[in-house]
Parts: sequence; C-alpha cells; structure tokens
Amino acid sequence: MKIALEVNGKPVHVDVSPWKRLLDVLREDLKLTGTKEGCGEGECGACSVNLDGEVVNSCLVAVGQCGGRKVTTVEGLANGDILHAVQKALVACGGAQCGICTPGIAICASHVVDRGLVDFGDEHARARVRELLAGNICRCTGYQLIVDAVIAAAKEVGQ
Amino acid sequence: MDRSPALVVGASLPRVDGVAKVTGKARYLDDLDVAGVWHGVTVRSKVPHGVLEGFDRDPAFDWSQVVVATAEDIPGANSIRLIEDDQIAIVPVGGTVMHVDEALAVIAAPTRALAFAAAKAFKPRIKALPAVLSIDDALAVTQKIYGTDNVFKQFLIRKGHVSDAEFETHFARAAKVIEGTYVTSPQEQMYIETQAMMAQYDERDGTFFITGSMQCPYYVHKAMKHFLGCDADGVVITQSVTGGGFGGKEEYPSMLAAHTATIAKKAGKPVKIVYDRDEDIAATTKRHPSRTHHRLAVDEQGEILAIDVDVVMDGGAYLTLSPVVLSRGVLHAAGPYRCPVTRIRGRCVATNYPPHGAFRGFGAPQTTFPYERQIEKLARARGEDSFAIRRRLALRAGDSTATGQVLGLSVGSDEVLDAVAAVAGHPPERDGSNSNGAPVKRGRGYAFYFHGAGFTGSGEQRLAGKAAVVATTTGFEVRSSSTDIGQGVITMFTQIAAGALGVEASRITVVDPSTAHVPDSGPTVASRTCMVVGGVIDRAGRALRERLETWGRDHGMPGASCDELGVIYATQHGELAETVTYEPPPGIQWDDLTYTGSAYPVFGWACCLVDVSVDLDTYEITIDRCVQAVDVGKAINPNIVKGQIEGGTLQALGWAVIENVIYKDGRVWNASMTNCIVPTFADAPDLETIIVEVPYPFGPSGAKGVGEIPMDGPAAAVANAVHDALGVAFDTLPLSPESLARGLGGAS
Repeated sequence: MKIALEVNGKPVHVDVSPWKRLLDVLREDLKLTGTKEGCGEGECGACSVNLDGEVVNSCLVAVGQCGGRKVTTVEGLANGDILHAVQKALVACGGAQCGICTPGIAICASHVVDRGLVDFGDEHARARVRELLAGNICRCTGYQLIVDAVIAAAKEVGQ
Repeated sequence: MDRSPALVVGASLPRVDGVAKVTGKARYLDDLDVAGVWHGVTVRSKVPHGVLEGFDRDPAFDWSQVVVATAEDIPGANSIRLIEDDQIAIVPVGGTVMHVDEALAVIAAPTRALAFAAAKAFKPRIKALPAVLSIDDALAVTQKIYGTDNVFKQFLIRKGHVSDAEFETHFARAAKVIEGTYVTSPQEQMYIETQAMMAQYDERDGTFFITGSMQCPYYVHKAMKHFLGCDADGVVITQSVTGGGFGGKEEYPSMLAAHTATIAKKAGKPVKIVYDRDEDIAATTKRHPSRTHHRLAVDEQGEILAIDVDVVMDGGAYLTLSPVVLSRGVLHAAGPYRCPVTRIRGRCVATNYPPHGAFRGFGAPQTTFPYERQIEKLARARGEDSFAIRRRLALRAGDSTATGQVLGLSVGSDEVLDAVAAVAGHPPERDGSNSNGAPVKRGRGYAFYFHGAGFTGSGEQRLAGKAAVVATTTGFEVRSSSTDIGQGVITMFTQIAAGALGVEASRITVVDPSTAHVPDSGPTVASRTCMVVGGVIDRAGRALRERLETWGRDHGMPGASCDELGVIYATQHGELAETVTYEPPPGIQWDDLTYTGSAYPVFGWACCLVDVSVDLDTYEITIDRCVQAVDVGKAINPNIVKGQIEGGTLQALGWAVIENVIYKDGRVWNASMTNCIVPTFADAPDLETIIVEVPYPFGPSGAKGVGEIPMDGPAAAVANAVHDALGVAFDTLPLSPESLARGLGGAS
C-alpha cells in the first residue's frame, strides 16, 4: 500500500504493508535509525516519536494510521547543527549515558518543554517532569540528571 | 571549556559521545547498514532438563529460503570458553539439555519475519528428565547435574580460629547472638539495548569478523578462538556502540558471537542476531539468587566477638562466572566492621535454570544485604542508634578485614559517615498520611558498606592489562580494550590522557575497541576501568610526553609543546606509541589457597540513608529520600561519577522493592518489560549524591572504582527503614506489597 506522510518536515512516500510498524518504516524504509526498539510492547519509550503534536510509541503504531500525518523523530529535533534546547541540556547535564533511551527521552522532553507543560519555577516542577516522562525508561542514570536537563531546557525556552 | 589542560582531570567535561547520542547519530549494532545482512534466530529448548533426540521440520514450510545450523556446523569446539569450557554453545542431537532456554539450532533468513517463521516450524524432540529447580534440591542432590554434589565452587575463610569447635566458643561466651536467614532474588540487568551481534565470514582467507554489543572484546576473542578453532588473527572482535551492560554483556555476548559466526559461515552471508526483549530477559544471565544464614556474636559492651556467614548462590546450569561471583560475595560478606573472629562459608550450586551471571556488584550486593540487616538487628537488640553503631564498629586504617588484610591507604569510612551525618537532619514523623489519604508509617534506615576495586587477589597481575597512548599526525590516540557501555569511559580516558600529556581534551581520540587495533587491557568489569586501565593510560601518557619532550630538546625545539611535538614527530617518523603494562602497587600479598591477605588493592566506601513511607492500605513502599555518600578516591569527571552513583542506586532501590525475576517450572514466568518491571521516572525519588574523595596514591590522580559500590547497600537501607517504620523485620527481597502483607498478617 502506498502511504504519504511527512517526516521531519519532508514529504515521504512508502509502499509497504499498512500493518508495518511505524518504527520499522522509520528504521528500515527511511533509514532513520535514531528511533530505537527497546521492548516492542510500549513499555520503555525508546521508540517515542512525535505524531501530529503528540508523543507515541512507534512500535505500537501501524504505518497505515499515519497517512497524511506529521512525524518528528530525534533526527528532526535539531535545526541543522543547532541542537534543540533539550538536546543541549541533556549533553550539558550528563543526561545521556549509554544513549539508547536518549532519542525517546529527547522526543518526549522536547514535547514537554516546547508545549510549556512544566513551570520550571514551580516547587513541584521536578515531580511534574517525572510524571510526564514516566513512559520512558532509562536504566543508566537513575533519572536525576535527566530531570535536571529537562528543567534546564524548560528554563532556557521559557525565558 | 578545555582551555586549561592542567585542570582537565576533575572537571565535569560534557561527554565526548554526548552529541551523537542526543541526535540519534550514534550507531548501535542494529543500526548498522550492512548490505545483504541476514537475520538470525535461536531455536531453544522448552524443557529445563532432558535429552535432545532430534528435530521435526514442518513439511509445509519452504526450507529452501532459510539456512539452519545445528551443532554439527560448529567450526571448532562446541563450548563457550570462560573459566571452564563447560557451557555448550548448541546442544547436539543426543546431548543433554540443561535449561529451558538452551540453544538447539540457529536459523537465518533474508528477513527477520521469515527467520522467526522458520524457527516456529523447526521443532525439537526432547526426552524430559527430572530437573533441579531449587538450592535445596541441588544441595540434596535430588539429581546429579554437576560433579558428585552439584556444587560448582566453595570457599571457607577462617580468621582468628583454626577449628569449628574453637569458633563456637566465641558464640558460647557471647552476651548476645543475632541470627537470621536472608534471601535475595534474581535480578535482570534490563539494559535498554537487547543483546545484539553480527558476524561475517571471509571465505578467501577464512577470517571471521564479529561486531556487537559487549563489555569485553577479548573475552569474546578468547571464546571464539576456541569455538571457531582459529588462531588470534582468525577472528576479529569489534565493539559497536553499546546500549548498557551492567554485567549482562560481560559473558553472554560470546554465546551470540558463537551463534552468528556459525550461521554466517554456513549461510555465506553476514548475519545478525538481535534478541527480542522477552528472549533477552528469559535466556540471558541474571543476578545470582542467594540465601545466607548469618550469625553475629557480641559481648556486653557491644563489641563484635565473631561473625559466621554461610551463603549459597544459585549458579544455574553451567559454571560460567559463578566461582568469581561467589568469591567477591564471600570476600565482602563480613562487611566493613571490626571483628577478630570470622568464618565465612560460600557455596555456589548447579540448577537447571539458565546460568546466572555478572551484574553490577557481582556477588557483593547478595552478601551486603544480610550483614547490613544483621547490624540493624544488633542495634535494635541493644537499643543503640542505627547510625552510631555503624560509626562505632566501622573499619578504619590499621584494622584488618576478614581475610586479614590490614587497611592502610585511602580508607574513607569516617569521611562517608560524616558526609551523611552532615545532611541527615531529623528522621521523618512516624505516623501520617499520603497524597491518597491513606495512613502511612514512616521510617529511616542506614547502610554502610565497602567494595573492593579491581580484580580479586592477584588477578590483575595475572592479567597484566595493557593500554597505549599514541602520537599521530593529527593528535593523540588512546588504545585500550575498555568499552564505553554508557558509564563514560571515552570521556574519562580522554581526560586522563589529556592531563598526562598536558594537551587539550579535544586533541585526544579514544579508539573504538577492536581486537585488530587495541591491546588487551582486560575486561570492562569489577570497577577496574578507571583505577587499573586509567592508571595504565596515565602512565603511558606521561611516558610519551617525556619521550616527546626529550626528543624535542635533542632536535632544537626546547620550547615546543607536547601537542606540537607529537604531530611533528609523527609527520617525520610515523606514529609514536607508548604501550604500558599494569604494575601492581607494592605490598599486595594474596594467598589463593587459604583466601587470606590483600583481597583487593583498595576499597571504595559508602554510606546510604533512606527514608520510606509504607502505605498501610496497599503495603506499597515509597522511597521518600535517598542519600548516598561514596568515597571514590578522586572523581576524574564529577558529573559522570554522579551519574554512575545514581544509576547504581536506583538499580539497588528497584531490587529492594519492585524488581523480581519470577521462575516457574524452570522458565522465567515474567519475561516481558510489562511484568518484569524496573523503576520509571515516577518511581524514583530525587537522589542526593555526595562524592567523597579520599585519594588512593596508586590510582590515576587518586581515583579508585565507582561502578559497583552504589549497588551494594541501598537495598539493605530500604529494608532497615521499613523495619524502623513498622517494627517488623523483612529479610527477603523484594519487599513487595505481597511480602509485606504476609509479614504483617494478623499484626494489625
């Protein structure tokens, strides 16, 4: 089946089974391997992408559902060499260790920051970040430095 | 930010590989674009113990489109060489199946879906045998599955006595004896990148090229020389960017290397095997489950008279790394406490579970949990403050450990205790309610522990790890086999080399580990990478700098910098490499027969404080606060050290309350991320990390190890806090709501 969608701001056309997972279309057909598979059952969030303004697990989305829609992957977060505030903060704060969960974290955190879902001045800001990112599992960091990074990025974007 | 080379060590440089990781450009094994690569899948047993009689191929399946490899196709010897050669790589027809996930065949196909379909159509016939599925059955030898007694390895360490009868006199004269049995659960490493490996076979010269996710390229190399029947040049092992390890990619990658190499040769194609999550959880190594009986004798004043430990670990179906896991377990089993008389018995038994293996802490978390629960019970029995008793009994410089090692250099016990005391504040109010309005009981717990850095005893001398620092035409290279598995090796080595050479960090390239290009620095395990290999790189860098500066003076360039001289030299004469071999610090004596002497060159020290609240409606434990102070000697990169401590801490907190691998009939019953859970952002408290630096003169700039110690103690601190909150002892991990409900049954 021929499906047209927009990925990272560019129109793309694929000719695949509509049941093929969006994750596999991105990785295999479009060679966008930044999006990772960690569990294949929607638990870990490593495959998170932004679909029409919402964060989804691309392992649970069939590409047949994506016709005419806009997908942003980790490869689409930076503007050329200029990193997104969340990417910059993840590097600066040490929020990426082994890095395999990082693309999913970056996608989710950029959504949180860009939408202004966290009031970085609020005393409950860290708890709010934890709640919003609870669908993304990281086994390396203990999350502390990632929360630091999201707060730092929210500050940068919000000021 | 690296303008001042002198300050590069000790600075929180951003990770060298950070930008590649946040932009998705870092290429892990499954991301590599290899033309014509086939997909491999492993056919496994479904029974825990039996005899493989043969296979039935579904005649409806078109077998011409796939390639099947069995034990007959193995190029060399059918075993995974590690400590011994006992683990079979692919069970041959007529051979014995030792666990439910044992590999029986490997199938490759042009697509992953087709490979899976073929595996489903390829059915083994196995005649089942009775299986050994508990420590008790193993010890009772209900079935003989290893040697005559099902014991892979045992240790007996005696201090201050020569016989059991003499030992018991100390218990006979004790004012108090604290006694308990402690059980720890298996734990899944749950690295987010599952095991992944790719092999290619070059028919022209018969060389195998194996690339994948791994901690120890030279472990795989050693195993593959044996398995493939080739010499050192016949197989090249290369680490790809690795998405977490935690011990789980220490020994198991050799199995994937064996499978991919076998099928790649037979198929005549490059083949990759990337495990599904359920397969990874079920089939690969997990932390050894354990059971420990612990007795503690004290006199009227509360001085410890004697410690008696008997720990049994479940090794699973093959010996693999169990002897060394057990070794580290027993060597830490008496804890960092002053005691003149100690008896430590350790056994590791064979069962029909998939082999248990390396996981951060490597046996020490299993023995730390018991001794820290015992100290807590001693404090309660004496009416003594939990923190004060630890400070009173702590080992200090001049004291001796259970192996008779007299502690000298870099003993940070007081420093980590002081650091926690300084921030502890008041314990939480006992009674209250949580945000759901449920009644809660709150409590505070402590743990105090130590962890030996580097290999045990004379291990580092035997290994004699090497690393090189090399001047090239474009800068400097660090060549070692230490792998970055997320812990920050590339950045840390960059800083050590830059500091030693006196050049900017941007001038250093840490070469990707491949057995074709790097010397054997030993495995990336045992909290040894910074202290041991980092120390070798530090020496190599300093020696190279001296050679270059001498050469510069001799050739009319007395004012030239090391950076300039390196490039000039390499341009004129080719690269200049300084390769250095590890040298042990002086005074290290270890007796492998009696298990006495210097078990480790030095120890890291740590103290943890945990506050919990227990929901009295649901019995859920919430960790409200977790402080951990760790003496690392010197933090080469404080931010990376913080990340290591916090990552290890959360793995320990998860092990304490929610993580568990549940076996049923020999098989992992909860082999999915949905059911085999690990902490999420929402489960984790804000972690308070205190880096303590008591320098070790024989580590690079004073550094010791940090990787494992944060895993050792927090689980005990949680159990101690729950004991404080509820007044009830919980001695089995995890402290799940179900176990609390059972423990409190009828109590309220």
